[in-house]
Amino acid sequence: MNKIILIIQREYLARVRNKTFIILTLLAPVLMAGFIAVIVYLSTLESDKSQTILVNDHSNLFKESLSDTKNIKFTFADKLNDDMAKKLITEGNYTALLIIPDSIQTKRLNLISENQVNIGTKMYITKQIEKKLRHDKLKSMGVDPDIIDEVNPEISIRTIKINKEGKEEISSAEAALGIGYIASFLIYMFIFIYGAMVMRGVIEEKTNRVVEIIISSVKPFQLMMGKIIGVALVAFTQLALWITFGIIIMFAAQSFMGDTANVQEQMIQTQGMSPEVQAAMNNTTFNDIMTPILNLPIALILFSFVFYFIGGYLLYSSLFAAIGGAVDNETDTQQFMLPITIPLILSLIVAQTVMQNPEGPVAFWFSVIPFTSPVVMMMRVAYGVPEWELILSMLLLVLAFIGTTWLAAKIYRIGILIYGKKFSYKDLWMWLKFKG
Amino acid sequence: MSFLEIKNINKTFVNHQALSDVSLSVPEGKIFGLLGPNGAGKTTLIRIINHITLPDSGEVMFNGEKLDAKHVMQIGYLPEERGLYKKMKTGEQALYFAQLKGMKRSDAMEKLKYWFRKFEIEGWWNKKVEELSKGMQQKVQFIVTILHEPKLLIFDEPFSGFDPINVNLLKEEILNLKKNGSTIIFSTHNMASVEEICDNIALINKSKKVLDGDVNEIKQQFKENVYDLHFKGSFDKFSASVTTDFKIENIRKENGNTICRVKLLNGTNTNQLLTAMLQYGEIVGMNEVIPSVNDIFIRVVERENKS
Repeated sequence: MNKIILIIQREYLARVRNKTFIILTLLAPVLMAGFIAVIVYLSTLESDKSQTILVNDHSNLFKESLSDTKNIKFTFADKLNDDMAKKLITEGNYTALLIIPDSIQTKRLNLISENQVNIGTKMYITKQIEKKLRHDKLKSMGVDPDIIDEVNPEISIRTIKINKEGKEEISSAEAALGIGYIASFLIYMFIFIYGAMVMRGVIEEKTNRVVEIIISSVKPFQLMMGKIIGVALVAFTQLALWITFGIIIMFAAQSFMGDTANVQEQMIQTQGMSPEVQAAMNNTTFNDIMTPILNLPIALILFSFVFYFIGGYLLYSSLFAAIGGAVDNETDTQQFMLPITIPLILSLIVAQTVMQNPEGPVAFWFSVIPFTSPVVMMMRVAYGVPEWELILSMLLLVLAFIGTTWLAAKIYRIGILIYGKKFSYKDLWMWLKFKG
Repeated sequence: MSFLEIKNINKTFVNHQALSDVSLSVPEGKIFGLLGPNGAGKTTLIRIINHITLPDSGEVMFNGEKLDAKHVMQIGYLPEERGLYKKMKTGEQALYFAQLKGMKRSDAMEKLKYWFRKFEIEGWWNKKVEELSKGMQQKVQFIVTILHEPKLLIFDEPFSGFDPINVNLLKEEILNLKKNGSTIIFSTHNMASVEEICDNIALINKSKKVLDGDVNEIKQQFKENVYDLHFKGSFDKFSASVTTDFKIENIRKENGNTICRVKLLNGTNTNQLLTAMLQYGEIVGMNEVIPSVNDIFIRVVERENKS
């Protein structure tokens, strides 16, 4: 027992001290945050740039409806023919030229510009003109303009779950989906990255020929499990660091966002809205997001995440270790990798289906079969899963990883002592049957 | 008294028999040479002694007890296929291996310091193994093997990769270990070193033990009444008069003397040879030709392969 701890320690320290690991662990969240910051920054840049659009309105219908926004200004050209207007564009005085023909029946307008007009501007123009047309049409059919304005079909649906005791909870399909997807993707990613790390570790020991020295002191199974557990701890370390960094960055971002909120407040005040109303509005939206998240079974999700994370990792990493034991170098691993990667990738694909129908037969079977359950079940847990299904799934996963570890150990034990040969599935099958 | 007793070991792998009915006895405090061509089954036998693989049948007695996982702590094994973690620091790595062999960290540290100094590699303690030369890595490996002062040491081709100076250093250390009471199994192809340091040998060929015993006794067994006769004088006359009692194997010149290797046939003895020779020249000396382990090895393996 003492020795397995020594091995775990070595495997862990060797990886955690590795420069690549440190750099990657520190850099990944920074890069991620930086990436998001750049996107946000660029989008603010985009919206800040004001555009002037020259409108050549032959129909004379839209002067009222194309109102200026913060970034888009409309200038209406009087008595210009299109060619002269186009010339103005090429001279660079305007961002774009909108030509509205005499009769709008064709429903086709031209927006001419030197550079591609951004999609927001295009959407804004389309929306305004559609609105105007709809308005006019309804009016011509005798509908009161006040009624037309009242018809505002912007609605929002609040989903509320009710349980048998009649207790109601605000739920959110989006929150469940988001949490489920993040959790299952993390599991998928970590199984892949860290499973491969176990495999490379085994291959390294084999090519370095260290393995024979070690197994003259410990049992091959101890070495294999020591490595698997050591690497698992590395995975946990990385995950924990990322979560910590994530929280720090979130807080940093929040205080930054807080500043922008201030600006917004000032703007609103100048527009004559009371800050209390604004605050109330803010609160509702915040609560609308937070309540459903807090109403998710957080403890169950966390527990399942840790369980499936460990279970899935153990299931797959022992197989990765067996492959490492059976080959001499990384290029030879491909033929054996397929049966491992296929269920993993499949589980991620199935997770997309499960997203739409978390209760269907596909969801059920794939979240119970051990090779796909870690990823698929994680997707479902946030939506709420019948207890017996969860227990069955977890039980099968435990049985499966005991089984694969046992099989993998047999292959591993023989494989690590044979150098310089290539093996087929047939050989591995013989090893499984082989005693001693 | 034998320290290690191997009794009727059989081991079959998927497609071939690696050891068939091998029995050996390794005497305590001696250096035991385990010889055999490639693929004969030496490594399998060594792995069985190390409790890495288990035999299909037969047993191994370690110091009077049936071999068990706990005995592994009393064995030091330097495998032929050896290596170290390249990215790990040398000292740390040596400590790790020592602890795997059950040593306490502080004890291991102390002993390692001693050995690193003795082998003049103390400056490399904090260097990564990949920065060390091949010879230094071999030294580290050797230290790791013997550090926990095992009762049984197994060296599989210990001299490969060493320069002659370090080979001598290593030989000295091996002899020292023997002097301190360790039993040593020494597996090699290097017959010269076998002759130099082994007390006993066993020869394994095609999964079977074909020969074992005390080196000198084996040599005596394999001598074939062949003598080197050193003399001054005409050789032609002698060879012309040679009878069916003597067979001349070869003739060479050395320092002005003629050396003639003669095999005695039909129960003749050296006196008869000398008498026959006296009239043709001045005899300077005569010695019996004892076969080298190398000759014995080749002879036995060829004989076995023919049959």
